[in-house]
Amino acid sequence: MSHRVRVNPIACEAHGMCAELLPERITLDEWGYPIVDLTPIEDWELEHARRAARACPTFALLVARERRARP
Amino acid sequence: MSGAPSTVSELPLKRIPPHGAPVLPRLLAGVHSVGAMTLTEHLSVHGPMSPVYGGRRRRDRAHAAMLMDEIERSGLLGRGGAAFPTATKLRAVAAGRGRAVVVANGAEGEPASLKDRTLLEMTPHLVLDGAVIAAEAVGADELIVCACETAGISVQSVERAIEERAAHPISVRSPQIHLRAVPGHYVAGQESALVNYLGGGPAKPMSTPPLPFEQGIGRRPTLIDNVETLAHVALIARHGALWFRQLGTPTQPGSALVTLSGPVADPGVYEIEHGASLSSLIDAAGGATMGLRGALLGGYAGAWIGREWLAGVALSGEHLAAHGASLGAGVVLLLSDRACPVAETARVARWMAGQSVRQCGPCINGLDSLARTLEQIAAGSAEAGATRRIEHLASLTARRGACGHPDGAVNLILSALDAFDADFAEHARHGACDRCACSPELPLPDREVSHQRSRGAVV
Amino acid sequence: MTVPVAAAGSSSYWYLTRSTGAVALLLLSFALALGVVDVQRWSTPRWPRFVVDSLHRNVALLALVFLVLHILTSILDSFAPIAPIDAVVPFVGSYRPFWLGLGAVAFDLIVAVILASLLRARMGYSAWRAIHWTTYASWPIALLHGFGTGSDASKTWLQVLSAICMTMVLAMVLARVIADWPENIRVRGAALGGTGAFSLLLLLWLPSGPLGPEWARRSGTPASLLPHSHTNTAKSRR
Repeated sequence: MSHRVRVNPIACEAHGMCAELLPERITLDEWGYPIVDLTPIEDWELEHARRAARACPTFALLVARERRARP
Repeated sequence: MSGAPSTVSELPLKRIPPHGAPVLPRLLAGVHSVGAMTLTEHLSVHGPMSPVYGGRRRRDRAHAAMLMDEIERSGLLGRGGAAFPTATKLRAVAAGRGRAVVVANGAEGEPASLKDRTLLEMTPHLVLDGAVIAAEAVGADELIVCACETAGISVQSVERAIEERAAHPISVRSPQIHLRAVPGHYVAGQESALVNYLGGGPAKPMSTPPLPFEQGIGRRPTLIDNVETLAHVALIARHGALWFRQLGTPTQPGSALVTLSGPVADPGVYEIEHGASLSSLIDAAGGATMGLRGALLGGYAGAWIGREWLAGVALSGEHLAAHGASLGAGVVLLLSDRACPVAETARVARWMAGQSVRQCGPCINGLDSLARTLEQIAAGSAEAGATRRIEHLASLTARRGACGHPDGAVNLILSALDAFDADFAEHARHGACDRCACSPELPLPDREVSHQRSRGAVV
Repeated sequence: MTVPVAAAGSSSYWYLTRSTGAVALLLLSFALALGVVDVQRWSTPRWPRFVVDSLHRNVALLALVFLVLHILTSILDSFAPIAPIDAVVPFVGSYRPFWLGLGAVAFDLIVAVILASLLRARMGYSAWRAIHWTTYASWPIALLHGFGTGSDASKTWLQVLSAICMTMVLAMVLARVIADWPENIRVRGAALGGTGAFSLLLLLWLPSGPLGPEWARRSGTPASLLPHSHTNTAKSRR
């Protein structure tokens, strides 16, 4: 079961905590908004990803389980 | 502004001269130069509407399945800009949980597009037929027609058409049709923005998933189709998929409406078959009145084609894709050789930045920075490496918003750098050119983004 | 005339309620200050954003702990007649009803803020934000409660502590208001005006209020608890 990290761009207010807590996947652009690596994350990253998602003040960071492709 | 059509009623409507059997017009068959076709006229030109049963019983669902198969066989692609296969969307909505809602999208926020308001004004019943048939196909019991609130004539036309139908047997078993006037800013017609507005919120895109076809208005599966797409649906239901495919190309069958503006004798809305050449369209419009520098295809989220390619361009998805362009919502904007493409691009970029509904940081900041850099290049005050800066900003701006607005603006800007690289290089070296001083050509109306919530949910 | 200092022993709850109240005020002030640092996104490599944010949340929770202790000990204390209901329903008590009631108001607001933060995920961001804004109201209410109900207004330690809290909060609120001036200028202007007016009125009131004569009587202490040196009906603290 793989997971991905993504940002809801409407909710995001550039607080920047996600980039601090998951620097392997998230960097900040010149305006402070997250640039996210959207490829599936490794298993060991999942706990960090969830912590980063909890830390986001606006719940903009989401950890999504991979959806099965529709037939 | 030369060549820019202002109000629909000033435009003469023309057709591409048919070769051999009269195959065009289809959508524009029987339209008057002013005023809508009445229901009687509509039925006499197009024939009786195909039957709808409006129910959920097995027989009705079998009929709906037949409709969907026919639309799938026709290969109809959406005419709102995305060219998404209509049958696929219909099936997805029909498979959703809950009773579906159908929205006929005539919001038309693209300034250089007039085809949707033209359809609604001139032949509203064709659109309404298509909407009712689509509702039948997906099992919807609610139907909402959206017209642009600044296109008052088309709003009135749809109102009258709805009244006409209500008094006519055609409306038996059809769902009730609601009309909503939606704000005119660029992004208001985006699917989730429309769902937001029709649900009682402002006309601003929402975060997805879920997409409207799964959960749209009132969390119900919502079919949002461009009014032209629905007009085609109405004709396919009457005449069949084979008839539809007699025009156009194998991958992009049928006819399409395009809005041609710029230095031509008769700018306006034309019906073409997919694959027709740009030259034949210009000829049908009375020919160019000036030399041409290039053409903007698809609108302000589209792409530029430089003058060297114009002669050979055919208006179909696959041919244009080779030029990095698409027809989009059927917009063809011609630029004269008196205009400065660098200055025009800077103006469009600034306008697109202003049309951001300002929900997402990368869109707000990216489009503003892009516009500023382009303005500097146009004025000759840009720093060295400004073109590289634009490419960098483009990568930071595209695909990082909640909707496709920043992507479209980036697409336009990058295509301008490509098509007019010589002009951009000149500006970087020597600053503003003598054509910059000419009056601007591309129509960029004053459209304030409306943040107001709508008066209330319809559904 | 000064109010006699409470004696030790059976009145240890009274000491506790005063001390936990003072600590709660200090922690609430600190939480507010950290809230401003958080929302202004001030950070350094040593104090990254997530640390500031966690610190803000944790200091607020710690303040709540001390607040609960403050309330419990005031109820348990036998000197002042404070009932459990006085902790949440304002102005119904018999001991300095108005000033105690302010404490109940502040407590209610703070509980609402903390509950909203715990239930954040279910709430929707705008609703959460609206409730969180009430912290700017609960702080001055708590401060006035402290001045009104406390018996240590004349003590240097409390005056110094209060001065520290007031300075810290005033500085942070001003920083918050001035930072993005003139964005949202109406709200910012109102906040500036309100802060200025409150500060001014407070400084004008203190000398004639809690720092003034016979504050215990004027603030609504039940007569039976007031010291009357010439009667033997006074309940004295031993």
